[in-house]
Amino acid sequence: MTLPAAEFERETFGSFVAKAFANRSFIIGFMITALIAGMALLSFFWTPYDVTNLVVADRMQPPSRTHLFGTDQFGRDVLSMIMVGSRNSIAVAFVAVGIGMGLGVPLGCWAAARGGFVDEAVMRFNDLVFAFPALLSAVMITAIFGPGAINAIIAIGIFNIPVFARVSRAGALAIWPREFILAARAAGKGKALITVEHILPNIANLLLVQGTIQFALGILAEAGLSYLGLGAQPPMPSWGRMLFDAQTLMMVAPYLALFPGFAIVITVLGLNLLGDGVSDVLDPKLRRQR
Amino acid sequence: MTAYLLKRFLIGALTLVFASLVVFSVLEILPGDPARLMLGMNASEETVQVLREQMGLNQPLLLRYFDWAGGLLTLDFGKSYTYSVPVIDLIAERVVVSLPLAIMALFLSTVIAIPVGVFAAQRRGRTADTLSMGAAQIGVAIPNFWFALILIYIFAVWLRLVPAGGFPGWNAGVWPAFKALILPAVALALPQAAILARVTRSALLEVLGEDYIRTARAKGMPRSHVLWRHALRNAMIPVLTILGLQFAFLLAGTIIIENVFYLPGLGRLIFQAITQRDLIVVESVVMLLVATVIVVNLLVDLSYAIVDPRLRSRQ
Repeated sequence: MTLPAAEFERETFGSFVAKAFANRSFIIGFMITALIAGMALLSFFWTPYDVTNLVVADRMQPPSRTHLFGTDQFGRDVLSMIMVGSRNSIAVAFVAVGIGMGLGVPLGCWAAARGGFVDEAVMRFNDLVFAFPALLSAVMITAIFGPGAINAIIAIGIFNIPVFARVSRAGALAIWPREFILAARAAGKGKALITVEHILPNIANLLLVQGTIQFALGILAEAGLSYLGLGAQPPMPSWGRMLFDAQTLMMVAPYLALFPGFAIVITVLGLNLLGDGVSDVLDPKLRRQR
Repeated sequence: MTAYLLKRFLIGALTLVFASLVVFSVLEILPGDPARLMLGMNASEETVQVLREQMGLNQPLLLRYFDWAGGLLTLDFGKSYTYSVPVIDLIAERVVVSLPLAIMALFLSTVIAIPVGVFAAQRRGRTADTLSMGAAQIGVAIPNFWFALILIYIFAVWLRLVPAGGFPGWNAGVWPAFKALILPAVALALPQAAILARVTRSALLEVLGEDYIRTARAKGMPRSHVLWRHALRNAMIPVLTILGLQFAFLLAGTIIIENVFYLPGLGRLIFQAITQRDLIVVESVVMLLVATVIVVNLLVDLSYAIVDPRLRSRQ
């Protein structure tokens, strides 16, 4: 029984990789995402300059060969700050997606499996969270519980829960009436077991696509929060904070506002392209609409 | 249809009640005594107690909730702790900035996005489609506050066409006030337009693949007529949904943009109120925004029925 299933999965994974690397969105998205992730990893071992090192003599130098992206008002190297800042953006967005998936997917699957009152209750909970303007509420949460990366994660993560609950519920509802589910039920399997063994693998692609979208939105939200001073606190560099600092210096050093912005745009673009690519490959029916 | 709308209405009302409970309890568990905050650290304990009594902070929790929620229903939001003026006056003062801004941004994003979406859908797979959707892909990725900084640099610092920030008030004349809102509106509109253009394009493509479109074309109906009269109308449902969401977002989500441009709107009001622990203002403005989201969603549901006559007869 298990052997054909395993073979089937291996085959689809192999063909997935082959198809993925024939897809333009996927390749570009994958390369950008890998580059940003690589940059974040590299920053743990090496950055061109130490970001905690303030060299007043070198302050506000325009981009040059020694400082590729220039230096800020404290003489810190902007490229190094962007590298270290990427860790923060990625970590916040990643954990926030984890919170959303970790709580949202079980909720959505539960609603789909049980139906009736449970389903209604979960959906109404979704309505409730969706009624709160996400960014505003994130600002409220971080302002109330104190600014910082952890609270930013929680604030962004909460609003990911209903998104994943909705996606997994819709996905699961489409799977439940299928015949192989009926077979599993006839074999005496309970709803929880069926959900884990059959529903989850079949909605994994939906979750993967939604995951990359929420990841990209998380990066944007984190940048917004740290722009308002509610994300990671100095001296830890963050892209949003760098843009805030750059605003007051725009007359003298406009390049300071340029590079952190590019970093955000490129990261989000890469993730969105990756998400588009994955959904193209997994669901070719959607391709013509994109 | 009536039953459907009634159900939506009831759900909206229920959501509002739950939201008020959430807002009230979150802000109640906040550390920091608003009375102490208003009087400062040097005030004596007695003065603080007197003020607490005056503000009704010593009453039981449940009573205060009903007081507050009842007040909301009659638009009596209480008095701001820090400004000592009725909250409703503060809101009224700020809405005249946020609402025109949201409407301008929504208008801009709609007039950009729908033609672009239609244009791209018509030329599916061709260079024009690839280019416009590539631009939309980048537009979605641009944080609006960064775009705002670039706009400020180009149009305010460099070309000096518009002010870099601040709001002169509508009393200073319609044109100066309008001018102060142009850049923020553009900054808000661009990412929204990018999303809307993508939605318009994919909704339209889906409709264009339907049999009745082929039938209409086979009858000899001109391509443009089929597009504008039949296809676009049927593609409007997802577009309207996104528009509704965007309006709600624009009203509340301007918090960052208002900070970038130093605009005295609702977003800035709530941001300042949070940092000053002016609970009553935070509670009221958040509830107002939540209510707006719910009402806008209801209106979107209602508009489905107008766009799609089939929904009128359906349950």
